Amino acid sequence: MARKLSMRQAINEALDQEMARDPTVFIMGEDIAGGQGGQGELDAWGGPLGVTKGLYHKHPGRVLDTPLSESAFVGAAIGAAACGMRPVAELMFLDFMGVCFDQIFNQAAKFKYMFGGKAETPVVVRAMVGAGFRAAAQHSQMLTPIFTHIPGLKVVCPSNAYDAKGLLIQSIRDNDPVIFCEHKNLYGVETEVPEESYAIPFAEANVVRDGDDATIVTYGLMVHRAMDAADALAKKGIECDVIDLRTLSPIDWDTVLDSVERTGRLVCVDEANPRCSIASDVSAKVAQDAFKSLKAGIGMVTAPHTPVPFSPALEDIYIPSAAQISEAVQRTMGK
Amino acid sequence: MTEKRIVPIVMPKWGLSMKEGKLTSWLVSPGAEIKPGDSILEIETDKIAGSFEAPDGGVLRRAVGEVDVVYPVKALIGVIADPSVPDSEIDEYVSGYVTPPAEDEGEAQADAPQFVDVDGGKLRYSMKGEGAEKVILIHGFGGDLVTWMFNIDGIAESATAYALDLPGHGQSSKKIADPSVAGLARTVVSFMESLGIEKAHLVGHSLGGAIAMEVARSAPARVKSMTLVAPAGLGPEINIDYINGFVAANSRRDLKDLLGKLFADQSLVSRQMMDEVLKYKRLDGVVPALRSLADGFAPGGKQKDILSASLNARIPTLVIWGKEDQILPVAHAANAKGAQVEILEGAGHMPHMEKASKVTALIKDQIARAS
Amino acid sequence: MAKNPFPLSKEKLLDAYRTMRTIREFEERLHTEFAKGEIPGFVHLYAGEEAAGTGIMMHLTDKDRIASTHRGHGHCIAKGVDVKSMMAEIFGKAAGACRGKGGSMHIADLSKGMMGANGILGAGAPLACGAGLAAKYRGDGGVGISFVGDGASNQGTFLESLNLAAVWNLPVIFVVENNGYAESTHRDYAVAVDSYVDRAAGFGLPGVTVDGTDFFAVYETAGEVIKRAREGGGPSLLECKMVRFYGHFEGDQQLYRGKGELEDIRANRDCIKLFASRIVEAGVVTPKELEKIDREAAQLIEEAAAFAKSAPPPAPAELLTDVYVSY
Repeated sequence: MARKLSMRQAINEALDQEMARDPTVFIMGEDIAGGQGGQGELDAWGGPLGVTKGLYHKHPGRVLDTPLSESAFVGAAIGAAACGMRPVAELMFLDFMGVCFDQIFNQAAKFKYMFGGKAETPVVVRAMVGAGFRAAAQHSQMLTPIFTHIPGLKVVCPSNAYDAKGLLIQSIRDNDPVIFCEHKNLYGVETEVPEESYAIPFAEANVVRDGDDATIVTYGLMVHRAMDAADALAKKGIECDVIDLRTLSPIDWDTVLDSVERTGRLVCVDEANPRCSIASDVSAKVAQDAFKSLKAGIGMVTAPHTPVPFSPALEDIYIPSAAQISEAVQRTMGK
Repeated sequence: MTEKRIVPIVMPKWGLSMKEGKLTSWLVSPGAEIKPGDSILEIETDKIAGSFEAPDGGVLRRAVGEVDVVYPVKALIGVIADPSVPDSEIDEYVSGYVTPPAEDEGEAQADAPQFVDVDGGKLRYSMKGEGAEKVILIHGFGGDLVTWMFNIDGIAESATAYALDLPGHGQSSKKIADPSVAGLARTVVSFMESLGIEKAHLVGHSLGGAIAMEVARSAPARVKSMTLVAPAGLGPEINIDYINGFVAANSRRDLKDLLGKLFADQSLVSRQMMDEVLKYKRLDGVVPALRSLADGFAPGGKQKDILSASLNARIPTLVIWGKEDQILPVAHAANAKGAQVEILEGAGHMPHMEKASKVTALIKDQIARAS
Repeated sequence: MAKNPFPLSKEKLLDAYRTMRTIREFEERLHTEFAKGEIPGFVHLYAGEEAAGTGIMMHLTDKDRIASTHRGHGHCIAKGVDVKSMMAEIFGKAAGACRGKGGSMHIADLSKGMMGANGILGAGAPLACGAGLAAKYRGDGGVGISFVGDGASNQGTFLESLNLAAVWNLPVIFVVENNGYAESTHRDYAVAVDSYVDRAAGFGLPGVTVDGTDFFAVYETAGEVIKRAREGGGPSLLECKMVRFYGHFEGDQQLYRGKGELEDIRANRDCIKLFASRIVEAGVVTPKELEKIDREAAQLIEEAAAFAKSAPPPAPAELLTDVYVSY
């Protein structure tokens, strides 16, 4: 029986294996080991949610706890990358990009272009994304569209442990800056994960379910909601293609367009806010390139255009649900 | 009494991880006369789609399974019985049928592949059955032990069957110390030594066929019989575009047409099959391993190791080939002097998957004759 | 010839003079060309500040890395970036150091350890920490140098970097090029502490202030702090008090300056004149030797300008290249 790992363990294993393979790889972030300078244990935390636990002692000198100083340490990771290292910086919550965004979008993203191709910045910024953790407006956002908008950045958002390991390994080996978005509500979800190292190429969407009636395009946690919706729809005789984009920049347009050309119906599902989202981006692309294949208007299921609320009563209805997805698909079917 | 006259058709267990399967179509209707080995329904699992062949003969009395419904392994799908069995008895059987619970961990553990260290690295293998005769199943280029999933249980009914992952394949070490056919043959001999297998019936597919022949040539005392399924090593021609394409393929799009060339019925190539191949191909070391293998056995696009001259009557040899093979020419079968040759209609390069029960039966006959 | 009283050989002194003269010629040429409307965009000139960049860079090799500012031409030249390719870049030409995609504010040459001029004030400080971190991690003895002006010394990135470098004991030197003005705003209006030495102390690292128009003061102090960093002694802050001969950017009328201020600094605080008179008065070099270098520097810049003007612009296809290594 193949081995199962949680996404948390899979990410830890990817970091562990890449540090073992390549001496230029090191990791840094706030409390990624924890306990520095105190009287108690080192590696007390292993990251705020324990993702990097154990790496500190395994890779001496290569797991760097940072001050709470995102501009400085994310910038230092980027600077080290421009000097031949392959750092992985953990930004804890992607919401914290507000305090270090210049280093990401004005520095890392632009070196290659504005230096006329003569710079490479192989840095990975890992960060948690997504709602459902009762963490309120500043620790729950799905900010993938903001990074996807910036040329020079690559944006990855895995939906499961197998993909997380292979995509993180590819991110570390990739020669461009990568924003690696980890949905905190997927950390505990287990899938089969090979023990060996493997890299999943970017811009290769995963078709996680086949159907001829409608196409659901999504990523991250929403893949699971979409699968729940597709299961429910199948009982009503509606079969959906469910496409997990896996990487948002670059993006696998071919798989999306091939599917829509076959099904003629599209529902884009995105945990981000609706304006200028991945969902609106995919909708626009399909409307431009596959309009003639469409049998119905494109459906979009996203969070509302609000901050993420705190109260569970509100947060639960903020996050797109399987029922909403299922209804959106049925609307494209005229039902 | 009734137990013998009524034969249940249950959801099969193809491969170790299969827990459930979807009935995608019935190929026969209730009332049809069925011979053992007839394809009677199509099943799709999370790994592969395939047709299911009747375990026994009789009349299909009930088609219990509904199309497009997912059933657990061993769930009742249909009932075969002699026309003499009354309907009431059939109905009673159907209503009284209880799907056995899924295997517990212990049972699954016993079935699980194991690992052994041999010259040339760590090999994964699975072992089934308890028969005195030992059979070693050797897969082809880019395959693994799972390619025998439709055959190994049948073979294991009367023998002890071992299916291994060659170095560079499946879950075996990805480093291939010596990527030549001779080097891989030495690995197979080392595998036999490590497991205390003195003599065995070798079953090799494609590149595995050439490896079997090389084991027979270099260590004849270890080989009781050979069954060569679409083997390499019987002539220089090979579809090198397939080989190179397989080595290079990095996405589902790359693989779709490529894997179709393996089968007479291209619809057998499922998304799941492509995903399994991609998962394997992405592992660190696999692409260089495959490249070194391909350069070893087919440098410049022609097979290097032609082993037909080494075949001899002391080791009974059966050659099975799909008539629609697009990888290795079926005409090579004629080069296997002294061997029994079976050409199968409606099969491509993977007859042991496409015509599974026929191939399983042929292998069992060969083992029985040579024992 | 008199005995050389300086910490540099005569040859090195002439090298330093040549670097400073080249920077001055380069910047004055840009001043002229910009006024003629030959240069797109905007440029920030380093004229008047040459001694600081030159005095620091003379301690560095290609494995040492600098993160520069919007006023980066002098840093580039002192770090060894090719002058012709710089001029072509500023003219927006395909032969430019960045193939015409960066311009004045983004000239970089990583092979020379020049991590880029930077259009975002203070952004270079974390990058220099990264360079120091990489050098420390590799153990190659390299250092990272962060340049900021007195204006960007108030940026959070700079202040965070002081702390990060101090807590990680990084081989990084933070150079504050204090020319008295953040754009048009006087340093004393925007910086609360009287001395950057105090600011450094507040972050737990040594700070030192030198007269940035005195090449030898810069050279000797930079030598000490860089040596300490290379030997594992950690980061330092080095404030160079200096003067800016031109406006914040070209076209700036500098109405914010006091009456006679500009004339005074040009007459009395020209770092190149001060340097030349010191080495000539000491009898180590002759005026003729310096005049020869003046002519050669002028000739080099003339050639660079002619090259840049006649060079072709980037092809339209260049618009879409170099965004990613692979995409």
